[in-house]
Amino acid sequence: MNINATLIGEAIWFGVFIWITMKYVWPPLAKAMADRQKLIAEGLAAGERGKHELELAGKRSADAMRDAKAKAAEIITAAEKRGAQMVEEAKATAKIEADKVVAAAKAEIAQQVEQARAELRGRVADLAVAGAERILKREVDAKAHAEMLVALKQEL
Amino acid sequence: MAAGEALTSSEYIVHHLTNLTVGHGFWTVHLDSLIVSGILGLFAFVGMAKLARKAAVVNPGKLQTFIEMLVSFIDQQVKDTFHGKSKLVTPMAITIFVWVFLMNAMDLLPVDFVPLILGLGGVHYFKSVPTTDPNLTFGMSLSVFATMIVMNFKVKGVGGFLHEVFTVPFGAKLAPLNLLFRLIEDIAKPISLALRLFGNMYAGEMVFILIALLGLWQLPLALPWALFHILIITLQAFVFMMLTIVYLSMASESHG
Repeated sequence: MNINATLIGEAIWFGVFIWITMKYVWPPLAKAMADRQKLIAEGLAAGERGKHELELAGKRSADAMRDAKAKAAEIITAAEKRGAQMVEEAKATAKIEADKVVAAAKAEIAQQVEQARAELRGRVADLAVAGAERILKREVDAKAHAEMLVALKQEL
Repeated sequence: MAAGEALTSSEYIVHHLTNLTVGHGFWTVHLDSLIVSGILGLFAFVGMAKLARKAAVVNPGKLQTFIEMLVSFIDQQVKDTFHGKSKLVTPMAITIFVWVFLMNAMDLLPVDFVPLILGLGGVHYFKSVPTTDPNLTFGMSLSVFATMIVMNFKVKGVGGFLHEVFTVPFGAKLAPLNLLFRLIEDIAKPISLALRLFGNMYAGEMVFILIALLGLWQLPLALPWALFHILIITLQAFVFMMLTIVYLSMASESHG
C-alpha cells in the first residue's frame, strides 16, 4: 500500500466529475423531472375538472331538453288555439260579409221594384189619359188636367 | 496466465497486483488507476451531461428514464438524510455512486483480460480496477473530508465550529478531552471510508486472482463469485455514497 501523487490526480478527477454533475447533469435532470411532475399533476387536475364539467354539462343538457320539450308543447297548444280562433274569426267575417252582400242585393231589388213601380205608374197615367181621350173624343187639355193627374199618380 | 511465461503462484498474484507506474518516490503516478478511472468517469458523466442537456419532459427515452430513476433514488437518499441546504450534496452523491460503481464493476472483467491485451502492446503491469488502489479511495475520502471541514465552517461559522469542537460531548470543562474525541472521530471518518472500499475491492480482486490460479476449476468458481460480487460492487458504492451524505449532514447540523 503506497500512497503517492496518484492520490492528488484522483482527487482532481473526483472534483472534475463532481463539477460536471453539479453543473451539467443534476440541474437539467432535476428540472425535467420537476416539470414532468407538474405536467402530470396539471393533467390529472384538468382531467378531474373535465369529468366534473362533463357531469355538469350532462345535467344542463337534460334540463335544456326538458325545457325545450315543455316549450314545444306550449307552442303547439298555443298554435292550435290560435288556429281554432282564426277559423272562428274567418267564419264570423265571412258571415258578416255574406249578410252585407245579401242586404245590398235586397236593397237593390227593392230599389228596382220601386223604379219599375214608378215607371208603371207613369205608363198607367199615360194609358188612363189616352183612354180618357178616346172616351171623350175630344182634346183634353193636358195642362189643365196635369194637377189632377199628379194627384192621381200619388194615389196609385 | 500470460502465454509462454512460467510464473509461480505468488509471482502471478504479485504481477496482477502491481500498478503501472511512472516516476518515483512520492511523485510516482499510477497510470492505470488514473486512466481507467478517468475514462470511466468521462464516459459516465459527459454521457449523462449530454443526455441531460436534451432531457425530454414529455416522452423520455429508455436511457433517460433509467438515469432519472437512479438520480432521483440518490436524491431521495440525500433528502432523507441531509436536511441542510446545499447544491453540492446531491451531485456529489450521484458522482460517488456512479463513479465508484463503474470502477468496481471493472472487477467483473476476467482478471487476465485487460493485462493480456495490454501485454501484447508491451504494457506488463496493469491493475484494471481503480478502487483496489488506496490512492483513489483516499483521494475521494480526503476530498469528502475537506468538503466536510468547509461545510462545518460555512454552516456554523468559525466560532460555532470551534465551540462545538471544544464543548461536545462533555461540556466546556473537559475541553481538551472533547478536542481529542473530535480529532479521533473526524480523522477516523476519511480513513474508514477509504479503507472500507479499498479493502472490499482488493479482497474481491484477490479472490478472483486466486480462482484464476485453479486452472480448469476456475470455470465453476468464477461465475458464482462474480455474481456474488455484483452485490458487493453495488453495496460498496452505495455505502460510500451514504456515509458521505451522513458525514456532510453531521457537518451541517449543530450538535451543541
